[in-house]
Amino acid sequence: MQMTDSRTIAASPEEVWAAILDPEVLKACVPGCTEMSGSAEEGFEATVVQKVGPVKATFKGTVVLSDMVPGQSLTLTGEGKGGAAGFAKGGADVKLTAVEGGTELHYDVDAKVGGKLAQLGSRIIDGFAKKMADQFFSNFQSAVEGPQEAGEGAPLANADGDDGEKKKGWFKKLVS
Amino acid sequence: MPKDHGIGASPKRREDVRFLTGAGNYTDDINVHGQAYVHFLRSDMAHGTINKIDTSAAEGMPGVVRIFTGADFEGVGGLPCGWEITDKNGDAMKEPGHPVLCQGKVRHVGDPIAAVVADSLEEARTAAEAIELDITELPAVVDMGKALEAGSTKVHDDLADNLCYDWQFGSDTETTDAAFKSAAHVTTLELVNNRLVANPMEPRVAVGDYSRANDEHTLYTTSQNPHVIRLLMGAFVLGIPEHKLRVVAPDVGGGFGTKIFHYAEEAFCTFAAKACNRPVKWTSTRSEAFMSDAHGRDHVTTIELALDKDNNFLAVRTDTKANMGAYLSTFASSVPTWLHGTLMAGNYKTPAVQVNVKAVFTNTVPVDAYRGAGRPEATFQLERVIDKAARELGVDPIALRRQNFITQFPYATPVAVEYDTGDYEATMAKMEELMDIGGFAARRKASEAKGMLRGLGVNCFIEACGIAPSNLVGQLGARAGLYDAATVRVNATGSISVMVGAHSHGQGHETVFPQVVAEMLGIDEGMIDIVHGDTSKIPFGMGTYGSRSLAVCGSAMVRATEKIINKAKKIAGHLLEASDSDIELKDGQFTVAGTDKSVAWGDVTLAAYVPHNYPLEDIEPGLEETAFYDPANFTYPAGAYACEVEVDPETGKVTIEKFVSADDFGNVVNPMIVEGQVHGGIAQGIGQALLENCAYDENGQLLSASYMDYAMPRADDIPHMASYVVDHSCQTPCTHNPLGVKGCGEAGAIGSPPTVVNAVIDALHSGGHTHVSHIDMPVSPSRVWAAMNGQ
Repeated sequence: MQMTDSRTIAASPEEVWAAILDPEVLKACVPGCTEMSGSAEEGFEATVVQKVGPVKATFKGTVVLSDMVPGQSLTLTGEGKGGAAGFAKGGADVKLTAVEGGTELHYDVDAKVGGKLAQLGSRIIDGFAKKMADQFFSNFQSAVEGPQEAGEGAPLANADGDDGEKKKGWFKKLVS
Repeated sequence: MPKDHGIGASPKRREDVRFLTGAGNYTDDINVHGQAYVHFLRSDMAHGTINKIDTSAAEGMPGVVRIFTGADFEGVGGLPCGWEITDKNGDAMKEPGHPVLCQGKVRHVGDPIAAVVADSLEEARTAAEAIELDITELPAVVDMGKALEAGSTKVHDDLADNLCYDWQFGSDTETTDAAFKSAAHVTTLELVNNRLVANPMEPRVAVGDYSRANDEHTLYTTSQNPHVIRLLMGAFVLGIPEHKLRVVAPDVGGGFGTKIFHYAEEAFCTFAAKACNRPVKWTSTRSEAFMSDAHGRDHVTTIELALDKDNNFLAVRTDTKANMGAYLSTFASSVPTWLHGTLMAGNYKTPAVQVNVKAVFTNTVPVDAYRGAGRPEATFQLERVIDKAARELGVDPIALRRQNFITQFPYATPVAVEYDTGDYEATMAKMEELMDIGGFAARRKASEAKGMLRGLGVNCFIEACGIAPSNLVGQLGARAGLYDAATVRVNATGSISVMVGAHSHGQGHETVFPQVVAEMLGIDEGMIDIVHGDTSKIPFGMGTYGSRSLAVCGSAMVRATEKIINKAKKIAGHLLEASDSDIELKDGQFTVAGTDKSVAWGDVTLAAYVPHNYPLEDIEPGLEETAFYDPANFTYPAGAYACEVEVDPETGKVTIEKFVSADDFGNVVNPMIVEGQVHGGIAQGIGQALLENCAYDENGQLLSASYMDYAMPRADDIPHMASYVVDHSCQTPCTHNPLGVKGCGEAGAIGSPPTVVNAVIDALHSGGHTHVSHIDMPVSPSRVWAAMNGQ
């Protein structure tokens, strides 16, 4: 399954870049993420709890950043194993472009699932993956710029319903 | 006046008393004291290299008895293939290893990597989650065309490529090419015969038991042929001599071919029961069934039909790619070849028929026989291309078929088989009558008034059943004989147990077989019981598949009963002080011809076991006979099918309004059961035509592994009984078996898919969508709508 989208973030490319490399930001933004450790250089280890259609599972996996051109582009590659539920993996090519009012973040996402997820959830996986990507980048946008500048509509809360509210915009406040 | 007993009567199915009251004894009902449970850890990747399987954490988990991996099966035989195909160059097919548990690589989603045996199923499942797998995913080969491209990823590294065999059969190329060259018209059709999952109501189950005291193994398993499993597993996989191995297939809830084969799980349970010194049980979940039961069909075909200027068929040429999946299942290799190519002449006197089949390995579940096995694939392509030709030529599809019918029998086809008998004109005429073809135009008008498109589809079919003459199939590569066997054991008081090699898993043998013996002896059917499904009780028969039970095993039973009658006449002759050649048996009485001297059946049977007044010097006491019967030829059921559909032009939804089958099964023993078999077969054919599709994505992930995604036919997909007419009144008895029967189990599933598709195409043409020449099955609303709208 493949998706392409872009959104404008009210922050400079440097600020956006720094946020992408921060495991705390990633943890806050990956929907259902309960644990995230590691670094941009060595990769992150993550635990994500998600329900895809009839299959609920805890995915343990890795996220690797590669093809990094600071302030401009990088590739995120992730793979999660959900035990009997199967596996999910995917990648996103992210490009940052300075535009009026901030940074345009453009992404091409490719997601694949296997095992029980494919067998029972294939009909809904496209919609699910789009929702996950939307949530991730919405969360990321709010993390960087805060909710008041989020453009159309309120950003989606973190899927595990944790303290998304108080985190909104925290990264930008931290670095600005 | 229909008969109320014996051959031709329709007594209710006696096995239904237990099936309908919850008193059946299925394999999952069998629990052996102290049994452990196995859970198979299956691959969720389609293709990968196994670097490491770390079971250390799992082994310490609660309840775990032992964890097995492929390493435990080194030195143990792999699962064998029962039919060797010789390709067009004279070389043997490629036959890769098929380990019980994966060794080195995983090759399809569902491939068993490890087996956890534990005190409970929950503990086994939980421990399996703790097994650490280090598997490097490899690119998967799913599409057969891509699998055959040079440089494609190989499913088996030790083979040169993914080609199992390249088989050519029938008329030679020179003859075939010449016929096409001389043709006035050639119709070509490319089509897919969709991959199906058999989905018997009862999933597979295996219980392995081992007696250390006697070194005896017992396997309870959901099989259509317990002796075949005993032979394959004992001799080829585990090396257990047959006298130390008992295989029991008790009540089995549907097979449809998918329970013919020898599977890894039953070999595992037998092996593990000894290794753990504990009975081991496995019950497939429905999800597991989708990824471990052999799938069916999955052919991609181009077929060409050459006709002369008078519309006589000159030649048929086919080019098929047949998916084998990742390994060769037990009879996989025979399905696209001998069970398919030999039927490509159909009901027609086409002088040249050439069949080309490439069998291909892919990273998918193995594919093998499913109800019809090769014959539905043959029928579908032939009857679809004839329909297309009729449309291109602007001739009536019924007339085109009729003019090309074989009318003289026996008839030797260009594809190796000789039809012994048949009357295709009779079944066609019967179909026309039952379908009321003459009234179709009015019915179409009525549908159009409702805004619906109505189509009429017709086709013929022929199949080769009663599998099979052993000497012939031996020449064709079969590694087994395909005779069958029956023992008729007459008890002292005259009741009878008949031990048969056939296996009943829905066919109703327990009802039908006694009808035959009762008719021969003139006694009540209630005195006769059938014993089947246990190698310790029955003679070495080959089981049930290929519509063979009555034609082959029933014939063995007739021969054994004839032996009983001959011996009983000798005993009666002694009791009556007459020559046994003067003794007649009628209505259970032995009479001296032309006199009123007689003895009853029970007097004779008692004398056999209480031989006080008995010719001991001439004949042995007792009354028990066994016969093995090897058929002289296949049997050739045939028929004409028709259906009417309505297509909703707004949605593309197809509704079957009426279905008629006119079959020739030769003689019929129990009409009710025959009709039930055909009803069920057609329902499965409708399922294939409209609904069912086993789908993989390009990474080899199985996408249709539950009933949410795999659409089984439901009651409202099948016409109402009043519009679901199955007829078997046209009867040309088989010329070479004693009952004159041909077999009816697969006919419905073979004949019906082209009927439905032909009808849909006809409906679309009536609505002006004349650009649509074919829609691949399943003919789903989205495919029909897309075809109508040129997408």
